[in-house]
Amino acid sequence: MEIDLAFIWAAIIAFAVLAYVILDGFDLGVGILFPLFPDKRDKDVMMNSVAPVWDGNETWLVLGGGGLLAVFPLAYATILPALYAPIIAMLLGLIFRGVAFEYRWRSRRAEGLWNWAFTGGSAVAAFAQGVALGALVQGIPVENRAYAGGWWDWLTPFSVATGFAVLVGYALLGATWLVMKTTGDLAHRARHYAYLSGVATLLAMGSVSLWTPFLEPLYLERWFSWPTAAFSVIVPLLVAGCFLTLVHGLRTLHDTRPFIASLGLFVLGYAGIGISFYPYIVPTSVTIWDAAAPDESLAFLLVGAAVLVPLILAYTTYAYWVFRGKVDPEEGYH
Amino acid sequence: MFENLDALVLARFQFAFTVSFHIIFPAFSIGLASYLAVLQGLWLWTKKEVYIELFDFWKTIFALAFGMGVVSGIVMSYQFGTNWSVFSDKAGPVIGPLMGYEVLSAFFLEAGFLGVMLFGRHRVGPRLHFFATLMVAFGTLMSATWILAVNSWMQTPQGFGMNEAGQFVPEDWWAIIFNPSFPYRLVHMVLAAYLTTALVVGAVGALHLLRHTSPLRAGTMFSMAMWMLTIVAPLQILAGDMHGLNTLEHQPTKVMAMEGHYESHPDGGPLILFGIPNPDENRVDYAIEIPKLSSLILKHDLNAPLPGLDTVPEELHPPVPIVFWSFRIMILLGFSMLGLGLWSLWCRRRGTFYQSDGLHRAALVMGPAGFIAVLAGWVTTEVGRQPFTVYGHLLTADSVSPISAPAVGSSLVAFIIVYFLVFGAGTFYILRLISRLPRDPLGDLDEGPIRTAGITPAPHLARKQEYDHHGN
Ligand code: HDD
Ligand code: HEM
Ligand code: HEM
Repeated sequence: MEIDLAFIWAAIIAFAVLAYVILDGFDLGVGILFPLFPDKRDKDVMMNSVAPVWDGNETWLVLGGGGLLAVFPLAYATILPALYAPIIAMLLGLIFRGVAFEYRWRSRRAEGLWNWAFTGGSAVAAFAQGVALGALVQGIPVENRAYAGGWWDWLTPFSVATGFAVLVGYALLGATWLVMKTTGDLAHRARHYAYLSGVATLLAMGSVSLWTPFLEPLYLERWFSWPTAAFSVIVPLLVAGCFLTLVHGLRTLHDTRPFIASLGLFVLGYAGIGISFYPYIVPTSVTIWDAAAPDESLAFLLVGAAVLVPLILAYTTYAYWVFRGKVDPEEGYH
Repeated sequence: MFENLDALVLARFQFAFTVSFHIIFPAFSIGLASYLAVLQGLWLWTKKEVYIELFDFWKTIFALAFGMGVVSGIVMSYQFGTNWSVFSDKAGPVIGPLMGYEVLSAFFLEAGFLGVMLFGRHRVGPRLHFFATLMVAFGTLMSATWILAVNSWMQTPQGFGMNEAGQFVPEDWWAIIFNPSFPYRLVHMVLAAYLTTALVVGAVGALHLLRHTSPLRAGTMFSMAMWMLTIVAPLQILAGDMHGLNTLEHQPTKVMAMEGHYESHPDGGPLILFGIPNPDENRVDYAIEIPKLSSLILKHDLNAPLPGLDTVPEELHPPVPIVFWSFRIMILLGFSMLGLGLWSLWCRRRGTFYQSDGLHRAALVMGPAGFIAVLAGWVTTEVGRQPFTVYGHLLTADSVSPISAPAVGSSLVAFIIVYFLVFGAGTFYILRLISRLPRDPLGDLDEGPIRTAGITPAPHLARKQEYDHHGN
């Protein structure tokens, strides 16, 4: 029997990107919400709630990018030039917010500046990722194994809309993370922002989902013809379920439930996108089989991934477990 | 603004700029991670407080440097796609999986245990904490191994075929990873990272010895760093020599450029110590040279013939002046490091190791030498490989993305501004932390009397015994 290595790898890369989106999503979200908590002690606690894990979260982005280069080099070589500006913006944003974790403890005078770098960097990175997603969904023209469009093609009303959708979505993840990890007044305010961003996320997801089928005949067909049309019914129901769980969790002060519910929203949105453009990896020019590296490359890395990914999941879980529970405001890390 | 410049030139400049910034941080964090593991191991073993105090001091600096290394590294891994997409498409099947292994076996390991190492000592207990430090240190070495396998394959490619799409197709992974230049490059780079760290730690120790603020801590780190330097500097020179001989075998053009040999020397080539390479005339002006020494070094025979760049078509010449100079800078610094190491050894024997202001000043001045040597070394390696990205198989000019010059130019300007701002601030914070080594209790106790009573030798002697005790 032929093993479809390209398919397996598409699943692994999809998993890495999803892991990135939800993990870095909440720590970028904490950055986005930073200015809404003016008290310095609150800011310290917020920062400490993500400081031990943000680097690990961001490594999934490196796996998403590096993995793409390894197993779908053609996709890597066409998507990145097509999304040039948003990618550069994302990288610059990640630089500012990444260094803010250490810098803001190193200077009392410039602390305010690095707080803004943390927020600005997080917001820019989130927005740029959303724009990149929108531009990808819109489709990327490829000729002779190279990107064949202009360097402003990524900018459309649709990609700006997905940019905002990801921004508010990450804010929701950040807010519910804070609900889960903090106490007292800080948690109370986070609950309030979780409501607001929850509603905004629902609206944004709704409009983007209604818009998507009309971008491409392929997507329209996926959503309105059998058998995939079944998802058009199930997914909105599940989304509604997640949203209700979120609201209920916030009302009844169940502090972990809202976070889980927001993760659910993200997973559903992500699955929706996947259903729309499978088997394309560069919609609607390159399929996963066109883009795949030779089997020798796929098999070589798969051996390692089969051993190492479970190991990574194990020690990442361990790292989260070491820092489990509510952050103690008295326990200064620095 | 950038219409007149070529996207290729801009993309090359952008790569050189961002990777040069990036390598500064790994060069320091590879060595520092191992040093932290040693400090913690010594503390667990001897229970001497000074080791854990030094650990805490360097840990904060490590966190800053590591953070900068991570963010500048992420830029690198995306730049292959944005600016070098043709290269990525063609070489991706070979180098991609190696970089994939780097992510899976190194980056995750570092990142996963970094949080525990930096923030978790009181949560997991000393032994697990030590384990976390070891994992971080091991991760940095794994990272170096994989990325150097990638780079070495680009220098001395083997174990591959080509397919119809023009891609490099892996045939023998063992041959790809253990390509001819890989072992040499790995050893040379890891030693370079250890030297760089030893010089920085030594400079900080020397600074505080000169200031007399915390003699026990400063003395302990100064002594550790100087032992490291004394042992590793000669090893590095030896490794560099072997690396050079290997390069002569596989990339002779690069060695011709390093040596400034435009002409062939059928009966023994001279070693050009200094001179001004003149690429227009294909000769080295004002050369100061030692006859036949180059043949002796490279071929171990005074009269061995040495072919020069006149045997290579001109369009395949690397930019000779850059390679010529960067190589000399590296060598000069390498021998200065050896000199410092020998001087420290001599002072130890004479018993003036902790008192010699001259030695301490020299160590302070040499603090940044490792970074400069690392950059000079990489420039030699990378510029010497030109005009190829994959040596002998893929030209740099054929690797670049079909992207417009204004796009590359604007992102280049953005990177330059952001890097100087952000990494400038980070360097400033590191320097400030470094200059604030907490006083040790011993220093506090006897500092007063010395100041008020002028020169009283007794405390100095007492202190020296204390050092000799701890320093070894
Ligand atoms: C994965 C492969 C890889 C690795 C580990 C490195 N490089 Fe490299 N380097 C390249 C892959 C590459 C490249 C993609 O192949 C470039 C881009 C353009 C070129 O000519 O080669 C390059 C170019 C390039 C140039 C410009 C040369 C020129 O255009 O004349 C410099 C100065 C460096 N590199 C320096 C470095 C440094 C300081 C490194 C240490 C981290 C380094 N490289 C690691
Ligand atoms: C040009 C090629 C290079 C690329 C694409 C690259 C890529 C990266 C990336 C993506 C990271 C961040 C990983 C994280 O999230 O933790 C990183 C960090 C790192 N890189 Fe590089 N790198 C390059 C060159 C090198 C070289 C030549 C070395 C060493 C010999 C090196 C050693 C390291 C180390 C030790 C880290 C850990 C973080 C740090 O302390 O800096 N890299 N690199
Ligand atoms: C003094 C004796 C030294 C000799 C003979 C020597 C020799 C060499 C040679 C021949 C190369 C280029 C190899 C190639 O591109 O194929 C090289 C590269 C390099 N050198 Fe040195 N070197 C010396 C000292 C140092 C020192 C002291 C450092 C840093 C602390 C250093 C850091 C590097 C680095 C980072 C590279 C690029 C990576 C590599 O190719 O390994 N070198 N060296």
